[in-house]
Amino acid sequence: MRLEILPLLVLLAVPLPAAGQGFAGMGTEAQGFAMPKPDPSFTFPADHGAHPDYRIEWWYLTANLEGPDGTPYGLQWTLFRSALAPGEAEGWESPQIWFAHAAVTTPKAHYSAERFARGGIGQAGVIADPFAAWIDDWRMAGESLDNLALRASGESFAYTMELRAEGPLVFHGEGGYSVKSAQGQASYYYSQPFYRIAGALTLPEGEVEVSGSAWLDREWSSQPLAENQTGWDWFSLTFDGGAKLMAFQLRQTDGGTFESGTWIAPDGATRALGDDALAATPLATTEVAGRAVPTRWRLEVPDRHLDVTVEAINPAAWMDTSVPYWEGPVRVRGSHEGRGYLEMTGYE
Amino acid sequence: MTAAALSALWSYWRRNPIQLFTLVAGLALATALWSGVQALNAQARASYDAAAAVLGEGRFDQLVPRVGETIPQETWLALRRAGWQAGPVLEGSLRAGQSRVRLVGIDPLTAPGSAGPVTQAGEAPLQAFLSDDVIFAHPEIAEALAATLPQTVVEDPGLAPGTALTDIGVAQRVLDRPGELSRLILEETQPRGRPPLDRVAPGLVERPSQQTSDIGQLTDSFHLNLTAFGLLSFAVGIFIVHGAIGLAFEQRRAMLRTLRTLGLPLRRLMVLMGLELAAIALVAGTIGVALGYVLAASLLPDVAATLEGLYGAQVSGALRLHPAWWLSGLGIALLGTALAASGAFWRIARMPVLASGGARAWAVAAGRRRGVQAAAALLLMLAAPALLAVGEGLILGFASLACLLIGAALLLPSLLDLALAAGERLARGVRPAWFWADTRQQLPGLSLALMALLLAMAANVGVSTMVSSFRLTFEGFLDQRLTAELYASTDGSAQAAALQDLAAARGAKVLPILSIESRLADRQVEIRGLRVGPSYTETWAFLARDGDVWDRVAAGEAVIVNEQLARRADLWPGDRLTLAPDHRLPIAGVVGDYGNPNGQVVTGEDLFRDLFPEVRATRFGLRSDDPEQLRQALVGDAGLDPGQIVDQSSLKSFSMGVFERTFTVTAALNVLTLAVAGFAILMSLLTLAGMRVPQLAPAWALGLTRGELGRLELMRAGVLAALTLVAALPLGLALAWMLLAVINVEAFGWRLPMFLFPDDYARLGALALAAAVAAAVWPALRLARTPPSALLKVFANEA
Repeated sequence: MRLEILPLLVLLAVPLPAAGQGFAGMGTEAQGFAMPKPDPSFTFPADHGAHPDYRIEWWYLTANLEGPDGTPYGLQWTLFRSALAPGEAEGWESPQIWFAHAAVTTPKAHYSAERFARGGIGQAGVIADPFAAWIDDWRMAGESLDNLALRASGESFAYTMELRAEGPLVFHGEGGYSVKSAQGQASYYYSQPFYRIAGALTLPEGEVEVSGSAWLDREWSSQPLAENQTGWDWFSLTFDGGAKLMAFQLRQTDGGTFESGTWIAPDGATRALGDDALAATPLATTEVAGRAVPTRWRLEVPDRHLDVTVEAINPAAWMDTSVPYWEGPVRVRGSHEGRGYLEMTGYE
Repeated sequence: MTAAALSALWSYWRRNPIQLFTLVAGLALATALWSGVQALNAQARASYDAAAAVLGEGRFDQLVPRVGETIPQETWLALRRAGWQAGPVLEGSLRAGQSRVRLVGIDPLTAPGSAGPVTQAGEAPLQAFLSDDVIFAHPEIAEALAATLPQTVVEDPGLAPGTALTDIGVAQRVLDRPGELSRLILEETQPRGRPPLDRVAPGLVERPSQQTSDIGQLTDSFHLNLTAFGLLSFAVGIFIVHGAIGLAFEQRRAMLRTLRTLGLPLRRLMVLMGLELAAIALVAGTIGVALGYVLAASLLPDVAATLEGLYGAQVSGALRLHPAWWLSGLGIALLGTALAASGAFWRIARMPVLASGGARAWAVAAGRRRGVQAAAALLLMLAAPALLAVGEGLILGFASLACLLIGAALLLPSLLDLALAAGERLARGVRPAWFWADTRQQLPGLSLALMALLLAMAANVGVSTMVSSFRLTFEGFLDQRLTAELYASTDGSAQAAALQDLAAARGAKVLPILSIESRLADRQVEIRGLRVGPSYTETWAFLARDGDVWDRVAAGEAVIVNEQLARRADLWPGDRLTLAPDHRLPIAGVVGDYGNPNGQVVTGEDLFRDLFPEVRATRFGLRSDDPEQLRQALVGDAGLDPGQIVDQSSLKSFSMGVFERTFTVTAALNVLTLAVAGFAILMSLLTLAGMRVPQLAPAWALGLTRGELGRLELMRAGVLAALTLVAALPLGLALAWMLLAVINVEAFGWRLPMFLFPDDYARLGALALAAAVAAAVWPALRLARTPPSALLKVFANEA
């Protein structure tokens, strides 16, 4: 065995994956790790920081951007934490492993990069106050979560952005306790979906000034998926009137799905959407990296009179990382117009 | 018909078991020497590959400290934070039982691509690496390591010999070097817009992945050397085979003629003979490959020691061979047989059905061929200097050597014939005249064996001259260079200051060793700053100089370069070398620097400190009238560990030890080549003995006793061997000159002065003569005991 496949095993959190353990091993047992409990009470800014007693955690930023000529762009900046054992330690003995993905999507191209780091030595980490999340030279930091500077670079792209929050934090599920399966698997999950974002993309063809909106997801848990769940389809959409929708479905080995979502009013008021309150149906697939990935969807929330088509701006937005997945900007048409981001995992 | 023909062909070998033995043994020896050398090369290469794979040296650029051997972990983190994609490596050595282990620590998350083998699939290496304190070790050291360290040690045959691999955190703890790194391996692709290296980490320098001092390239010359020896031995073996096959074919002419006249088609005859030879070749090849394995296994420890001592390359001491190696051994046996038999086949194909057979015809034909052979020999000997004039390079050097050796071998029969003819003219009396004429008559049958003797003897003279010249030069060089009585290394500036104070207080002279790695003239070179003084000015000998070298160097107006750099970059006294953007200094002298594969530039101490103010000396030479007392003071008062101090004589004996082991293999191959030549003579004489009865019978009938005939046989072998030795001496000296002045320069970058060692040559000559005479004893005894009836039969047949 050579080291090149080791990063994969980080995500798989050993032992080697077997069918029925969910995407990226997230369906495995959570021995010794803390478990999310209902009725959470968050403390900020402390909870913007890391929770090393939980197995996995992420700071997940996606943005829909527009260039001076109206060209749509997508941007992703994600920092993941994955613990081999609960708790933190100084130096190389730290059981915490950090990894990050960054990407820029244009209508024609998709650029992505990946970073890995050990905890305990300062190469990567998250501090709550003042807020700083970093790995190598990739950094998302500011006085608070409401004002952030963001940067990342890969072999053929780079970006620097400024973000300002124009609305409140949004808590998913029951006050931030987000159930992920009928058996009760759950995570802590809140978002800041109200960022205005502006900055510069450096692409192979040159530099582009862009602006738009961004959405930050914060989630941590120790076993968010049930053993029979193989992957998910996750939507974060912003409609022209200012309302927003977070919706996901977890796919099961038996072909069934588990749905959940949050309707977010323009003022930030939320309404949780249960398992049968929404439906996501693939309409068309694209052959990406040798797999058939649905890049056009029908999304329905009857309660909200929402029936829209969600279509990838670039169907080839494949994240060619150690654990590969699809992640890219989408356009929304139908009963509501708008844009957003789509993430799809577990397509073999 | 086919069965009958086969049985007829085979009956020849049954009647002539000695010829069959010669054929098989010659082929087996050739195969053994060739495949043994190949096995050594393959083993060494596999070890280099494993080492390069662990350290990522083959594929990846690296960042190394400009000074010393340590990079602070903070520097690496600063580089990461600036966007540089580099993985840290900490390397150190530790003792585990009797063996020295090189412990390599890496961070698997930031190590580029496939930086190293970890373990066989199926286990969970990452968990082991990151949290289980596991050390992966080459099987040869695993047990000793497990007994020394508390960590779990897992055997991993994929690692380089003597190497253990573990997580960087474990390595820092085991080596007691917290927060320290040795070097950084750079990812092949780096992100956009990262700041230049000197802004983030000015103390580091980038070392490209492929560079001239790369282990593979350095050791190439050594392996080429071995290969050349293997080829030489193979050629000597093939000479024997060629002789045996040629003789067998000639003696079978009568049988072949009979078979043809009985109706066997020529094509089928050739196929049958081809199959017969192929079968013999396979048997001999199998024996040869097995012998080759034994040879390689017994020489491997010395080869490993040589490579480690000379180049720091680790080679596993346990021979592991790929099945392809066994097959290639058989292949070379078949190929060699085909080569040796091609001439004989060609003659059979064109043989008139009714041509006369017999040994004498063969000898006469050989005499006719001699003219052609001599012409080819002269052409080859002319080609040897021509090749050197055309260009440079190790391969060309060896090609030129090959031309010289083969040319000389081909010329030998003509030269011997001339010498014997001269002897014949000078002979007085019937018996001497007959002796000379008869010796001449036998020349064709013996010439191949004598050619083998010539090559073996010349190789011995050449190589021993080179080794002895090298030894003399190297000893002188060590005396020049190792002038200080003690050498001490300190672990930091505090200890260095204490050492200098203490030495000064005791009246010892301190010679700081200032050194930095750099790239000059597109090459990786070491720059050294010397405190110019009698220790250097009175001892260093220059190969080339310009004016008062030391005054200019001390004043910072000029530099000295070593021979390696001078030759590779073509920089000689008067040329200028850019040390720094505003320091372009002339070269004042070139010094020999034997044993060092890399280029070196020497400056005065003041200039060095100006150019590289960050360098602090941590190693010192100490000149003292009472070194033993100084050593005790350094240990007692300056707090040095006894292991940090080494005295001049142990340094010298260590260096000479490395040197001697380097040439153990060469010496062993030399002896083997000579032994093969001796065997060739024995076999030729035995074969000839049977054929010579009809020629000796008249001499016996005229009054020579069988004992006298046997003594004359011995004398004949002695005369031929002596004449061959006379020819071998100049050839060996020419070979030595080429090794010293051409091959060494190409392989190592230094040219050595040539010394002559007449005593050695005399001893060697006596040995070779004794071997030839000893080889003749048995055939001579057989002759002396030939029953008179056998001699009488000769006349009966005539009647």
